[in-house]
Amino acid sequence: MALAQAKIDLTEARLSRLEMPAGSSWAAEARQGAAARLRASGLPTRRDEYWKFTDPATLTAAEPPQAAIFEARDEAPLYDGIDRLKLVFVDGVFDAAASDDLTLEGVEIDLLADALAKDIHWAKDLYGVLETRGQDPVARPLAALNTAYATNGIVLRATGKVSKPINLIYLHNDVASDAILHHLVKIEEGAEVTVLESGPAAARFNKCMEIEVADGGTFHHVRAQGRDHERRAVTHMFSRISSGSTFKSFTLTANGVLTRNENIIEIVGDDAVAHVAGAALGDGARGAFHHDDTVFITHDAERCESRQVFKKVLRNRAEGVFQGKILVRQGAQKTDGYQISQALLLDEDSSFQAKPELEIYADDVICSHGSTTGAIDEDGLFYLRSRGVPEDKATDLLVLAFLAEAIEEIEDERLREDILLRLQQWLERRRG
Amino acid sequence: MLSIKNLHVKLEEEDKQILKGVDLTVESGKVHAIMGPNGSGKSTLSYVLSGRDGYEVTEGEAVLEGQDILDMDPEERAAAGLFLAFQYPVEIPGVGNMTFLRTAVNAQRKARGEEEMSAADFLKLIREKAKALKIDADMLKRPVNVGFSGGEKKRNEILQMAMLEPKMCILDETDSGLDVDAMKLVAEGVNALRDAGRGFLVITHYQRLLDHIKPDVVHIMADGRIVKTGGPELALEVEENGYGDILAEVA
Repeated sequence: MALAQAKIDLTEARLSRLEMPAGSSWAAEARQGAAARLRASGLPTRRDEYWKFTDPATLTAAEPPQAAIFEARDEAPLYDGIDRLKLVFVDGVFDAAASDDLTLEGVEIDLLADALAKDIHWAKDLYGVLETRGQDPVARPLAALNTAYATNGIVLRATGKVSKPINLIYLHNDVASDAILHHLVKIEEGAEVTVLESGPAAARFNKCMEIEVADGGTFHHVRAQGRDHERRAVTHMFSRISSGSTFKSFTLTANGVLTRNENIIEIVGDDAVAHVAGAALGDGARGAFHHDDTVFITHDAERCESRQVFKKVLRNRAEGVFQGKILVRQGAQKTDGYQISQALLLDEDSSFQAKPELEIYADDVICSHGSTTGAIDEDGLFYLRSRGVPEDKATDLLVLAFLAEAIEEIEDERLREDILLRLQQWLERRRG
Repeated sequence: MLSIKNLHVKLEEEDKQILKGVDLTVESGKVHAIMGPNGSGKSTLSYVLSGRDGYEVTEGEAVLEGQDILDMDPEERAAAGLFLAFQYPVEIPGVGNMTFLRTAVNAQRKARGEEEMSAADFLKLIREKAKALKIDADMLKRPVNVGFSGGEKKRNEILQMAMLEPKMCILDETDSGLDVDAMKLVAEGVNALRDAGRGFLVITHYQRLLDHIKPDVVHIMADGRIVKTGGPELALEVEENGYGDILAEVA
């Protein structure tokens, strides 16, 4: 079907502001292919079914809207006190001086820009590959745009149990920054790595991560999307996981005019486990808040387990969206799929829209899904207040309790405690 | 300690008068009991005193140690020394019992301008109080009242009371859903808190709780008013003859 002229104009206007970075011939080919995918589908608009609940206009606009820098005051950096390898990007530009040395036992780390300049590199078999697979059955044009124009990122290949987490720190110093980063993560057989992400990144951030987990490999991911009120972000994680492997991703989001996090997971080996979770704290009092979690998990192997746990706390006209799908292909017997999306609306002005989907072609599976939208438990609130806990603090306690199921998805206790502590601090600061 | 005068209360949402002029004074160091048939307004009185939404005070006052509490938020009343042991303690999934209690204790201290209790002091105190009520470490760790039996919930209420050390304790049908052993345990917990500086208002249907928590004064409530006041013997009279005779006598 031919694209509408408006869509072509929108796409070309955006592309006219972008420059394809130079690289080796294979990289150029991968980028050209991605640009072709993008032109074939065109950039999304609200009219596209997949963007019905989230208006992508500011994500696709030729120029990014500006975003003021958030002053975190005297707050300690996230994951402080946890021994980790720090890699710093400032408005999407790698800051070597602020970053640790890339050498770490059990893992090879390169910058994407360097990897793409080499004639031969393992990245060749991954760059844009999972993104391409993720374009079917639903087009993800902003991910194709990312593959075509990403300026940098990290490429990471774990060959053993990596001794400490790798923390990608995204700083935002320029009110008009427009960053496109693309990361590749390859986990070899039996290897294990934890990737942490933190920070607001840019005024507008388009990030893509492709993750390949070989047999028996383990990938842990904990992300905190920072508090800049006016930032915008669209992120994609494309994963393919093999037999006996484990994939666990958790995201904490606070503030942000617009965030769309897509998680596309393909389970291709038996006995694998994939968990995706998110906790979002939205307050529209200081500008808009719109947060969209879009998940697509495909089961294409036997005896695999997947879990989606998404919780949102919304107030002051904040908007939450969840689109989650479990696709169980023919032959994926003994699949155990679970999906829950819940919103706690702290006032009558906030809204939550959920579109849970199951599509099942195997006959011996367990799949359950649920979605709820509710107000704070008045009986619980009164009970706490009757014991002397002030109303706002009592509300915070109930908010934390509501988010607990998602936070518990973080397996590492230190990371879980760190995220929980941060959440408590954010809630406290909100009260001033 | 607590002085209630001519208290009139209606439901906020509908035109229904529940309390029609309650007069009651609980002195320091005394235990008052309120008995009465279903629908007489006993529980409403406890809710109104603790500040629950949904009720409108149309007349009268309730003064706790010189402060009119009816305009206060529930947390202010608690900090002023009022405590209600709920008839149906609320389950709060996700909030640990210990976290809840420590937050409450420190919130009250803060509201009164006192120093917060340290984690170590708190732990020591709660272990000691919990032991007396046969509340084990597991119950302290679990989410507030979630999965607790009826008896465990009521013991947990008394534990909160012991930790918060209120001046005025209202017990709303604390005996409901308790077997004899659990009732004894709860009563012991309450009796341990009896003190010259503390008042109690015990709301109950039956006399049996009053065998364990001996009241100084017994009130009979009917149709939104206190209709008769007497000594402990009044409770025995109710036990023997039901409310019928008393109500007929005052009608």
